[in-house]
Amino acid sequence: MKPRRFDYVRPDSTDEAVAVLAEYGDAASVLAGGQSLMAMLNLRVAEPAVLVDISRLMELDYVRVADDKIEVGAAVTQNRLKDWPELAGKLPLVAAALPFVGHFQTRNKGTVCGSIAHADPSSEIPLALATLGGEVVLRSQRGMRVLGAPEFQRGMLTTAREPDELIVAVRFPVQSTQRLAFREVARRHGDFAIIAVAACIEDGHAMRIGVGGMADRPAVLQVAIDGVAAAKDIFVSLARELEGYDDLHASARFRRDLLRQIGPAVVEEALRCAA
Amino acid sequence: MTGLGEPLVRKEDPALLSGRGRYADDLPVPNGTLHAHVIRSPHAHAKILRIDATEALALPGVAAVITGEDVRKLTDPFLIALKQPVHQWSLAVERARYVGEAVALVVAESRYVAEDAAELVAIDYEPEEAVIDPIAACGKSAPLLHPACKTNEISVRKFAYGDTTAAFAAADRTVALMVDYPRLSFTPLECYVVLAEYRPHDNSYDVLANFQGPFSTHPVMAKALRVPGAKLRLRIPPDSGGSFGIKLSVFPYIVLTAVAAKVTGRPVKWVEDRAEHLLAASSGPNRITRIEAAVTREGRILGLRLDQLEDYGAFLRAPMPGPLYRMHGAVTGAYDIPNVDVTNRIVLTNKMPASLIRGFGGPQLYLAIERLVQRIAVELGLDHLDVIRRNLIPTEKFPYRTAAGALYDSGDYMRAVATAIADGRLDDLKRRRDAARAAGKPYGIGFAAVVEPGMSNMGYLSTLLTADARARAGPKNGAVSMVTVNIDPLGAVSVTADVTVQGQGHQTVLSQIVADRLGLNPADIEVMLEMDTGKDPWSIAAGTYSCRFSPGTAVAAHVAATRMRDKLAAIAAKQLNILPDDIEFADGQVRSHYNPDNALSFGRIAGTAHWSPAMLPDGMVPGLSETGVWSPPELEPPTSDDRINTSLTYGFIFDMCGAELDPMTYTVRVDRYVSMHDAGILLNPLIADGQIYGAFAQGVAAALYEEFVYDENGSLLSGSFADYLVPTVGEIPKLEILHQQTPSPLTPLGAKGIAEGNCMSTPACIANAVADALGAKDISLPITPLRLHALLAGEEAPVPLGASPPSPSPLAGEGWGGGSRSIGTPVPHSPTPTPDPSPQGGGEQARSA
Repeated sequence: MKPRRFDYVRPDSTDEAVAVLAEYGDAASVLAGGQSLMAMLNLRVAEPAVLVDISRLMELDYVRVADDKIEVGAAVTQNRLKDWPELAGKLPLVAAALPFVGHFQTRNKGTVCGSIAHADPSSEIPLALATLGGEVVLRSQRGMRVLGAPEFQRGMLTTAREPDELIVAVRFPVQSTQRLAFREVARRHGDFAIIAVAACIEDGHAMRIGVGGMADRPAVLQVAIDGVAAAKDIFVSLARELEGYDDLHASARFRRDLLRQIGPAVVEEALRCAA
Repeated sequence: MTGLGEPLVRKEDPALLSGRGRYADDLPVPNGTLHAHVIRSPHAHAKILRIDATEALALPGVAAVITGEDVRKLTDPFLIALKQPVHQWSLAVERARYVGEAVALVVAESRYVAEDAAELVAIDYEPEEAVIDPIAACGKSAPLLHPACKTNEISVRKFAYGDTTAAFAAADRTVALMVDYPRLSFTPLECYVVLAEYRPHDNSYDVLANFQGPFSTHPVMAKALRVPGAKLRLRIPPDSGGSFGIKLSVFPYIVLTAVAAKVTGRPVKWVEDRAEHLLAASSGPNRITRIEAAVTREGRILGLRLDQLEDYGAFLRAPMPGPLYRMHGAVTGAYDIPNVDVTNRIVLTNKMPASLIRGFGGPQLYLAIERLVQRIAVELGLDHLDVIRRNLIPTEKFPYRTAAGALYDSGDYMRAVATAIADGRLDDLKRRRDAARAAGKPYGIGFAAVVEPGMSNMGYLSTLLTADARARAGPKNGAVSMVTVNIDPLGAVSVTADVTVQGQGHQTVLSQIVADRLGLNPADIEVMLEMDTGKDPWSIAAGTYSCRFSPGTAVAAHVAATRMRDKLAAIAAKQLNILPDDIEFADGQVRSHYNPDNALSFGRIAGTAHWSPAMLPDGMVPGLSETGVWSPPELEPPTSDDRINTSLTYGFIFDMCGAELDPMTYTVRVDRYVSMHDAGILLNPLIADGQIYGAFAQGVAAALYEEFVYDENGSLLSGSFADYLVPTVGEIPKLEILHQQTPSPLTPLGAKGIAEGNCMSTPACIANAVADALGAKDISLPITPLRLHALLAGEEAPVPLGASPPSPSPLAGEGWGGGSRSIGTPVPHSPTPTPDPSPQGGGEQARSA
């Protein structure tokens, strides 16, 4: 379990980082926290010629409030966001989901944007971003573009990022209410979810529901609150639509059953939250 | 202050907890050391047609590529316990028999270069049909792993004790069960490490490896390397990152790395990585047991029949089939059953070879017996605990000779059970059960009663052979333990022992034992457990395994320290002018028991033996080095009718627990768990409890989490820690430990083994609780949500009428990224605007993490 030979670049600025990406394109990999990439390197699943280490780029190490969004830079670790004092007030869903992301030790290294970039279909941060309707900020020498979560995350470990682009930040819309629920089913604490369900009440009459672990990326829908009485039916048809998939820990059928059971419970829990 | 029996904190911990451990991979290597990487078979069964290393050897920094043909020339196959042509070398020869089997070794200047070169080695395989399932492997048409054996079922032995046929004829009824124990391991944090040097001038090998014993494997390695044992110097590092039995199976790699050192003429180091470890290091054997009891209406077991089919994977490595025979004398468990028939079958399949893991045959046996006892209660309409109590060996029968020949040294099982359920503990479990069931949740109570053997009889494995074959091979029995106590000219005491460090806290306990004899403080006793077969006293039984420490090595320490004490007393008596019997050792002094003022310091007496042999009593040997050797006579060879006392001591465990099933997630939650232990006298209760916690965690792992899962082609599906689930502290339920101390009459310290018991009892106890909760007969381990879901979920619910879905349709354009639908009032929703200055890319593998 030793990686192939590669060059290592630690740029001092975002400009330099995107310049390296422009030069090497496909042959470069971006290293932030390394919680997925290092294992892939050691297993020789990823074989970059150049590793671009952005973990110490100070200009990307920020959490800031911009208009009605929270922008999280690409060097911000999961624990740093988890400990951000305004998180529970502004992004209660993210605050609820972050403790499920790996373990304390892995969150000290793993980054928020890295998790988005890795695009695991059952991972919690992409689910939170999709559920809240957040966006991903990409930079290259060609300029900047901002993609909504569904446009960015295309499928299993697959995103719309171009080889010369760097994810510089993600933006979560500030949640308008504290009424939400998040639940996941995993074999052990810290494992990727078998399924995860998030429900957030947006403004008095709409609820956004996000489901992870059922398909190749998070599924999100928006439901009118007065229709939530039919939550059971929503999840019955959602389970049929998404189908689920088999792995060692859960069958597609088990995933569907879990969704039909957990989904309505999460919706109810969100509704029970005081307005 | 001497502290034997006191809960002394471990003296090992400050170094280990502050990063000062001296683990195998941390130790310095000689200049010029090369690094090895193992190329492994991707096939479960294949002929190896050709290995071409030309390109690899051309890579700068590559020293050698060693293949099966090389090891066939340079070494002999490993000795095995059975007369069958199952030949294993340290690399696959001609044929690969499991996914992950070592096929070639690349040796290079660094591990990086070795792994680069490995990709350049061209290996042509001709895949053959593999057989994974043990029952299929016994079939007539099954592909043969070792064609020369003409069968995969390489050993069938039938044993009969008492008159089981008559017992079944006399019974009111019979109760039968099939029990399947899965494949799993207990993974240490530290994987295998070997550093080998070949010394051509005297044709010897000097090897450092984190081997754990038993040292019965040392002759196996020496024979393979074609050298006398003394030419294979094996050194074990001072600290270990855990073993749990696994580190025995480093031995083929010791031979392989030694060969590499000989071929290259340079020291060679190999460090196993985690992927290799899970794929190919070792596993406990899976076992299928058909068990049947002849019972009375009241649930008394008159006779027992067991047919045990144990799957050892692709080879039968020494000292296999230990798990099938280690419990042989104790095959009737904690119960008074005079009649038992046993059939033991060994089968080989295309999986990694099985070997030692903690529990060593106990978990497989007790899952069968304890599940059966629960079934007897269910089928007879009796209370499970009543059936247990009706069959437990009565207190007055100790010492108790089992049907199969074990001599249970002591015990009071009835009192242990009574204590465990007392103080409202069982009532509380019943209250919890009733409340959960009233709320509609499946909840069950499980029990398990097991006997925990300690210190194996080295002769037990020969029960595998017929009495005639044993007579021809010569007697094998006993188990020797050795400890040496040294005292330097200033009176400083140091101790070495024939155990290997695995983290049990043996240094602490040995220091307590020796300090107790010499009137010193345990902190004054240095215990050094790095082993060196070239310099330390050891026997074939040496090593840390099968709970041999407390009944074995601890006793040898007591013997050595007592001899040292007697010697010092004799020296002191002469100088103090009193009788040796009047000497006492206390507070660092050697003094008259009657007149404590008539005293000399411990150091002064010790110095005499070094400085002035002339002052010693007549005939005394100068110097202060005493080796205690302990070899209990009760470990006799198997009798001509195959009765065998498989171990020296037999502790007792009674477990009970409540388990609840979450009907939503199909997860088993262990609600309350009580474990009652009788391991004789506890030498250090804190360390004893630590061992119990550890074994319990691994028992929970076996019950609910860990399994090596193979597909039908023999690929390992649980080959990473994302799929092979080791429970973490958050998954381990709270454990309540109770003790009773019935001394072993057969050891001077009265202590028995304690460190494996919950690996044996806990899987059975949890399985019984789940069986009780579900009213189910067949419980497969591990009891995973997926298994329970498959068992309980039934037909998938149809989509309800009327809801006939406008299937949830995506709102924001593409796929399931953002969809919306309204049931009731439509809500306005504007998708996130996406300013997009650049062309959209197609799917692209994410590259940052």
